[in-house]
Amino acid sequence: MPTLNLSGAMRLLMLAAVFVAGVWSQSSGVIDDFIFYLPDIQFLAVQHIWLTVISGSLAIVVAIPLGTLLSRPSMAKVAESVMQVLNVGTTIPTLAVLALSMSFLGIGTVPAVFGLFVATLLPITRNTYTGLKGVSPALKEAAAGIGMSPTQRLLRVELPNALYVIFAGIRTALAINVGTVPLAFLIGAGGLGELIFTGIDLYDPVMMLSGAIPTAMLAIVVDMLIAITAFLVVPRGVNPSRT
Amino acid sequence: MIRLDNLTKVFDTPKGAVTAADHISMEVPSGEICILLGPSGCGKTTTLKMINRIIRPTSGKVFINGEDTTSLDTQDLRRSIGYVIQQIGLFPNMTIEENITVVPKLLGWDKAKYRERAREMMRMIALEPDAFLKRYPSELSGGQQQRIGVARALAADPPVMLMDEPFGAIDPINRAVIQDEFLKMQQDLKKTIMFVSHDIDEAIKMGDRIAIFRAGKLVQYSEPDELLAAPKDDFVESFLGEDRALKRLNLVKVRDLASEEIGLVRPDDTLDAALTRIEEYGYQNSIVMVNDKRQPVGIVNAAVARTTKGHCRDHFQSVPVVVSLDDDLRKVASLMFANDMTWVPCVDDDGRIVGQITQRAITHHLGSRYRTHSRDDTTLDAAASLSSNDKE
Ligand SMILES: Nc1ncnc2c1ncn2[C@@H]1O[C@H](COP(=O)(O)OP(=O)(O)OP(=O)(O)O)[C@@H](O)[C@H]1O
Ligand SMILES: [Mg+2]
Repeated sequence: MPTLNLSGAMRLLMLAAVFVAGVWSQSSGVIDDFIFYLPDIQFLAVQHIWLTVISGSLAIVVAIPLGTLLSRPSMAKVAESVMQVLNVGTTIPTLAVLALSMSFLGIGTVPAVFGLFVATLLPITRNTYTGLKGVSPALKEAAAGIGMSPTQRLLRVELPNALYVIFAGIRTALAINVGTVPLAFLIGAGGLGELIFTGIDLYDPVMMLSGAIPTAMLAIVVDMLIAITAFLVVPRGVNPSRT
Repeated sequence: MIRLDNLTKVFDTPKGAVTAADHISMEVPSGEICILLGPSGCGKTTTLKMINRIIRPTSGKVFINGEDTTSLDTQDLRRSIGYVIQQIGLFPNMTIEENITVVPKLLGWDKAKYRERAREMMRMIALEPDAFLKRYPSELSGGQQQRIGVARALAADPPVMLMDEPFGAIDPINRAVIQDEFLKMQQDLKKTIMFVSHDIDEAIKMGDRIAIFRAGKLVQYSEPDELLAAPKDDFVESFLGEDRALKRLNLVKVRDLASEEIGLVRPDDTLDAALTRIEEYGYQNSIVMVNDKRQPVGIVNAAVARTTKGHCRDHFQSVPVVVSLDDDLRKVASLMFANDMTWVPCVDDDGRIVGQITQRAITHHLGSRYRTHSRDDTTLDAAASLSSNDKE
């Protein structure tokens, strides 16, 4: 969770600054300018959120089973090479991923979702894999030794114990996702990027901020949502934030 | 009953084949604890894990209660065997209650039954159910976790238990406590148990039988007293340690060696009568004086009896030590040394004199076992003839 570690003095200063900014924006008519963009913001934000939700959930739905599959002992031979490929994939800038996806799939929502999906997929797969690999052999042996089937071992012991690491992966991945969505505008998928980039082009700071501020807020909200979900879903015994 | 028939495991490693267990054949009778003992890497764990197929045998068979387990489904087999691993292996994501009830749940018990079972298990391992059931393993001490590990293995009441150094990760004082608790439980439960240890004292304390392993081979399989009395070869002998005669003292109870014959005096007897009795029984220093209930109230010294006239009730000293029939000889020997005595009176649960135990009886017990079981071992023979000369 984003924590604000500010001393009392800093906090007072911040409050004062916000107050001054408020007074200034009120008097200079910036608020009115923002209100002008409100319908655009609403429309584009919905598009924006959809891009995140669809690509994000697709990535989660694919990445966790993929990471799980790779972590199975029978996959040990190929798993390391696949992870190497994924690691290299992670180093490719997301803008390049989008560009690549556009060159295959053309312009519009589909290549954008696909690009975002790929960028989100990698961290979750990697964390699922390392999280499951990191479950202590003693636990797996105990689970097997008392007579759990492989599926029961996975669902009752391995996944719950890897869940914290998996959630860390989801968090990183969605941070990348939300941060990349504005770029989707560049390949014609809309979203708040439209206001940002057009604002930059037209040298219109208010327009640019109308896109940037909701984007930033969205990033914070998504991060908090994941943190809260992790807090609730990861069993207390293996949840460092709940001890 | 667990029977191993030529159980063998060969590991293929990059450096070649390693035979971790080499044609192991042995049988653990129902209700007994068998300790697998031996130096590190001798194949104890491998042998144990072949029983519940954590390790697949290269060849050989495992029979449980007469049934060849080869034909059983692996999961079913494992659910019928309690398993305590060395690293404890509690599931950190589950509460203590969930940990204890995993196997009953796998077996499809209904909720009321397995929850009651969890409470019952907690009482059995002497942990307060209400205080612990809802906690997580990380919130328990090492010793408590180890107890839960045992409880988890026992929860579904399996007839057979496999325990790999179950009390290894625990300090010596707590280990002794847990060992005692476990032995007490075992008296009622009568499980058939294979128990890996590398601690000879633990083996002697816990084991009905001890199997000594060396480099994948079973070299000796005997009851503890037999093992200590007659180690089969130099390896076993050196593994048991030079003080193995003293270790045997742990195994024998006063009850086994006490003699009922004991000369006593009463407070009303005269010192003359006491002296006669002392000589009659061949005592050197003193004789025990008892009250009407045969409880020892003092001792009368031979020297005093010789030089003084009067009644015993006016000329006695306090009793230095008595031992109970269930004490082990180690305690007796220690008391004898500490009080410079060659015999100690034995009392029953009500504190009544029932006999005596003598240093000679102890020495004779240790010696006789050595003689009957000794190999062509010249030192032992020499010792035997020495002591027989002594008697003549
Ligand atoms: N998975 C394995 N692959 C190869 N060799 C193995 C494997 N497991 C055990 N061994 C070898 O088999 C031999 C017996 O191992 P085992 O674990 O049974 O010893 P142990 O008697 O339990 O020793 P310790 O007291 O140290 O636990 C050792 O030489 C060990 O190196
Ligand atoms: Mg071992």
